Amino acid sequence: MTLLVLVLALVAALFVGISAGTVTVPLSEVWTVVGSHLDWNDAAISPVRDQIIWDFRTARVLLAAVVGAALSLAGACLQVLARNGLADPYVLGVSSGAALGAVLAVTLGSAAVGGFGVSGAAFAMSMATLVVVFAFAQRAGRIGPTRLVLAGVAVSYLATAITSFVQLYGDPLALRGTMFWILGSLQNARWGDLGIPTLAIAICSVWLLARGRSMNVLATGDDTASALGVDVNRLRIELLVITSLLTATAVSVAGGIGFVGLMIPHAARFVVGPDHRRLLPVSALVGAVFLVLVDLLSRVVDRPNELPVGIFTAAIGAPFFLLLMRRGGRAA
Amino acid sequence: MRAEIVGVSLQIDGVSIVRDVSMDVPAGTFHGVIGPNGSGKSTLLRAVYRSLRPHDGQVLLGGDDVWRDLSARDAARRRAVLAQDSSLDFEFTVTDVVAMGRAPHKTLFERDTARDRELVVTALEHVGMAWAGSRLAATLSGGERQRVFLARAITQQAPVLVLDEPTNHLDVRAQLELLRLVKSLGLTTIAALHDLDQAVSMCDGITIMREGHAVASGAPLAVLTPERIADVFGVRAHVGEHPLTGRPHITVAPLEPDTHSSPKDSP
Repeated sequence: MTLLVLVLALVAALFVGISAGTVTVPLSEVWTVVGSHLDWNDAAISPVRDQIIWDFRTARVLLAAVVGAALSLAGACLQVLARNGLADPYVLGVSSGAALGAVLAVTLGSAAVGGFGVSGAAFAMSMATLVVVFAFAQRAGRIGPTRLVLAGVAVSYLATAITSFVQLYGDPLALRGTMFWILGSLQNARWGDLGIPTLAIAICSVWLLARGRSMNVLATGDDTASALGVDVNRLRIELLVITSLLTATAVSVAGGIGFVGLMIPHAARFVVGPDHRRLLPVSALVGAVFLVLVDLLSRVVDRPNELPVGIFTAAIGAPFFLLLMRRGGRAA
Repeated sequence: MRAEIVGVSLQIDGVSIVRDVSMDVPAGTFHGVIGPNGSGKSTLLRAVYRSLRPHDGQVLLGGDDVWRDLSARDAARRRAVLAQDSSLDFEFTVTDVVAMGRAPHKTLFERDTARDRELVVTALEHVGMAWAGSRLAATLSGGERQRVFLARAITQQAPVLVLDEPTNHLDVRAQLELLRLVKSLGLTTIAALHDLDQAVSMCDGITIMREGHAVASGAPLAVLTPERIADVFGVRAHVGEHPLTGRPHITVAPLEPDTHSSPKDSP
């Protein structure tokens, strides 16, 4: 029931998201254009309108949905993995690594970072950051939750320091683009950005759904989980790989959009409780709806200017979250 | 199901905690592991519930090595665990917690069946917690919580039960009730216990540990002599008969004569 409501909410949010923006497009026209691309009709559409609606807006709202879902899923996993409610997808240093990659690509040119392009460099550096964090977090092949968070925070500070240093000596004009990775934005979304994150989230979701029961058990402690037949270390490593993949793909296309990965899993937990078999799909859908709506707001509040979406994720999410916490669907 | 610990040694971060400990627990018997704090009791049990891999030696359940022959899941079908206290950071209900006992019997995408729910209800009834099914586990008292964890162990339907100081933090009545419940299950039980009196009245066999070694193993009254208790625990002990139940009973007092006790002791 909850899931059905959320799916309908997501579809509605996507349509409203396509319709609103610098230029408002009537919902009926959105329907016609989207329909024509899905071969539901063969209406004649002007190329300009088509470009706005299909190439820019549709790609953008879909990317918002995918990124919102990916960050929420990653956050929900990390909170179990680190057994820490304050863990978010960036606690492992992924976004700091991505920002560093982007800044290096912009200042040194993409040839210097292996011809990756800015987005590719961001992805490569975030993965490299993760490898370093894991290397420090493990001892004799076992990953302790506290060590993981500490290593993530330390490496993250290091990457930020290098980023600041490079920025200080970089070309100021070129660096304006790097703010994109640091604050997070969906402004440059294109269809080409959608493939890899969508594939990543599809694979990760199926995998995670199969692990829901084990994740519940892991949430009650390592020893209990071992006693109940969960191979704790293996599960933790698998979850790390999943969260890293989700976060790095999201960050490399949309930058470090904050707050979603931290708060959405908690909000979902207030509503459906801690059982991951329900919590994970609900988190993913709530995250998708949330980011689509917040991105929409960032486009229409100060038309024709766009504000960074990261400001709104926190400005809208935080009061809503505090309200939910006070109401306390299920005590916290 | 028979449980055997054969020459097990365990290390934590390179420090040797348990050295060459063996014990043989026949099917359906209750075996106590006792010893002072830091003697390695809990660490030894971690090898049984697959949380710490032995540096050397084997843990056999029904003849199969839990580390080499059985997967984590298969091992969990043979032995359940009741530990001192579990973390309850996430807000699971009592029913959620008990249903986790079914985890080792489930395949990846399998949902809870009517039979699983029935097992959960039966287990809760058995421990007298049926009234609490929809309560949040974190809101229960210590004694109630341990009974819920025992219900989880029951739904696991494993023939071997491992108890790690299960009565810590419980009041006297809750302690007795929990142990009575455990005994009523008739499972092969290995229990780390703190209370010597509990050990001597509950156990069919006892292993005493000190500084990672097993110093004695055997029938309770043969092992728990006043001399050995003085040696291992550093207390004076009287082994007698319980005035109310007629079972073996241990009373302890400090080794050094007490300077401010009853008039009888003073010169």
